[in-house]
Amino acid sequence: MLATPASTLSVPFIVDQVFVLFKDWLVSFLPTSWRPAAGIVLGVIGIVCVYPGLFALTTVFERKGLGRMQNRYGPNRVGPYGFFQPVADGIKSLTKEDIIPFDADAVVHFLAPLTLVVTVFMGFAVLPMGRNMVLVNLDAGLLFFFSMSAATELSVFMAGWSSRNKYSLLGAMRAVAQMISYEVPLLLTTVAVVMIAGSLSLPKIVEAQSGYTGWFPHWYIFTPWGLASFLIFAIAATAETNRSPFDLPEGESEIVAGYHTEYSGFKFALFFLGEYVAMFSISGIGVTLFLGGWSAPLPFLNVVPSWLWFFSKVMLSIFVFIWMRGTLPRLRQDQLMNFAWKFVLPFTLLNLGVTALWRFMGEGWARWVVSSIILAGVYVLMGRVGMFKKHFGPRSYRYAE
Amino acid sequence: MSPVFYVLAVFTVAGGLAAVLLKNTVHCALALTVAFAGLALLFLNLDAQFVGFAQILIYIGAVAILVVFAILLTRGTETPPTGVFSHSWFVGLVIAAGVFSVLGWAVLQSARNLPQEPAVPSVTVHDIGVALLGRYVLPLEIVALLLTSATIGAVIVAMHEKGRAQ
Repeated sequence: MLATPASTLSVPFIVDQVFVLFKDWLVSFLPTSWRPAAGIVLGVIGIVCVYPGLFALTTVFERKGLGRMQNRYGPNRVGPYGFFQPVADGIKSLTKEDIIPFDADAVVHFLAPLTLVVTVFMGFAVLPMGRNMVLVNLDAGLLFFFSMSAATELSVFMAGWSSRNKYSLLGAMRAVAQMISYEVPLLLTTVAVVMIAGSLSLPKIVEAQSGYTGWFPHWYIFTPWGLASFLIFAIAATAETNRSPFDLPEGESEIVAGYHTEYSGFKFALFFLGEYVAMFSISGIGVTLFLGGWSAPLPFLNVVPSWLWFFSKVMLSIFVFIWMRGTLPRLRQDQLMNFAWKFVLPFTLLNLGVTALWRFMGEGWARWVVSSIILAGVYVLMGRVGMFKKHFGPRSYRYAE
Repeated sequence: MSPVFYVLAVFTVAGGLAAVLLKNTVHCALALTVAFAGLALLFLNLDAQFVGFAQILIYIGAVAILVVFAILLTRGTETPPTGVFSHSWFVGLVIAAGVFSVLGWAVLQSARNLPQEPAVPSVTVHDIGVALLGRYVLPLEIVALLLTSATIGAVIVAMHEKGRAQ
């Protein structure tokens, strides 16, 4: 399947392509007509095994990391240093009773977690996880990815509505309103990347970032418009995955647990899985669009296999998610909406204009200076104007002094 | 007509029928989503990737959510005891059948008049983009203007009336 000359079959090449070669070797036992379908099935099996595995690892890392940030131990009972905690959690969620509320809409209540998990996993079909490691190379891959992530919103609504619980419904309304609001900047930042790369196909976007100028990689985050896009993308992605500081849909203090209040046992585990896998997939798309996908940060590091780079970058962004959760307090609903519509969206639109300028100013240092000045200037100006009426000053405490 | 087409057609039509016939309004909205998904899959079956994915993104991601929000923000999801069917449903049926027959006739006629394509034309997303911003740029801008005015109108409707509030 791989059209490579025999001279490149070096050790780094074999390590880099180990999964592709293994798949080709497995498929070669089958008759020729079955091979494409079998290859896709193997790829799907890989995706369905790897990401839940990463999910199990991430839950324990998150709890340990948060514990460290909050000056406590975190899980430390199951296995060495508590690393078998996910196994115990999995057994627990499998054996717990599956409760469906008496008044609930049983069919929709059952379908909601399934729709969430299925649509979340669909997004991985177009993510290039390494050199030649993409399940289907769609011409409109980016559009496919975001259409799948848009479909998850409906499953959140289904869960909240079918539970017949006011907290579930409030949580679902919050979640959907938040996801809709932040989806606009999320999509518009990716438009900037598409404008420069000239393609909606994710492997082509990675290819466009794979070169180096000296030691300097051509990743889009290292351009003024790319940095602005990446920051907006990161904010919008955090909101889209309902992670802290945007975790209002799960605001424990006011609405119990949001849309999955009435779920127990394995269905709750499916929601949990769906949320974390959505984090992996949005991190994967962020890595692909702005951080060069599977390409190495420095030219000589290309010896390290490409899939290791992809997963390292994804796990790094997961760490940032956990770090933010341990650091930032939760936003209020009006702050969330004002931030989305009055700051993020106008800035994203400006960034699109700057990207067009970058595209048509041609090579040279002039476009670096001009676009940096525009973006930084408008950022400072918008911040000043936004803060002007708020009368920010030293915080005064009523009772604590 | 492949078997895939028939499966998808049954799926879509069943979704559409359920959207009309179900009693609970939210169930109707969810059934409508199934019909949208079926349409998107039909587009994909015709190798129209861009339209298919845009259908999912816009209709399932935005329109279905909008419908559901509208239902929840206006009135209860239970149907009134008088039923949801209008008394003049027969007239509606006749009009719908008329529209369907005219459209079907037009489609069948156009299939006969068009020259037979020897192969499936390969339209990439790039071609669609070039066509949208080249030949069809004026309609695109008119639609953009219409949507912008709709957005401004929505903001004005939702705006807090400072004078009368007190």
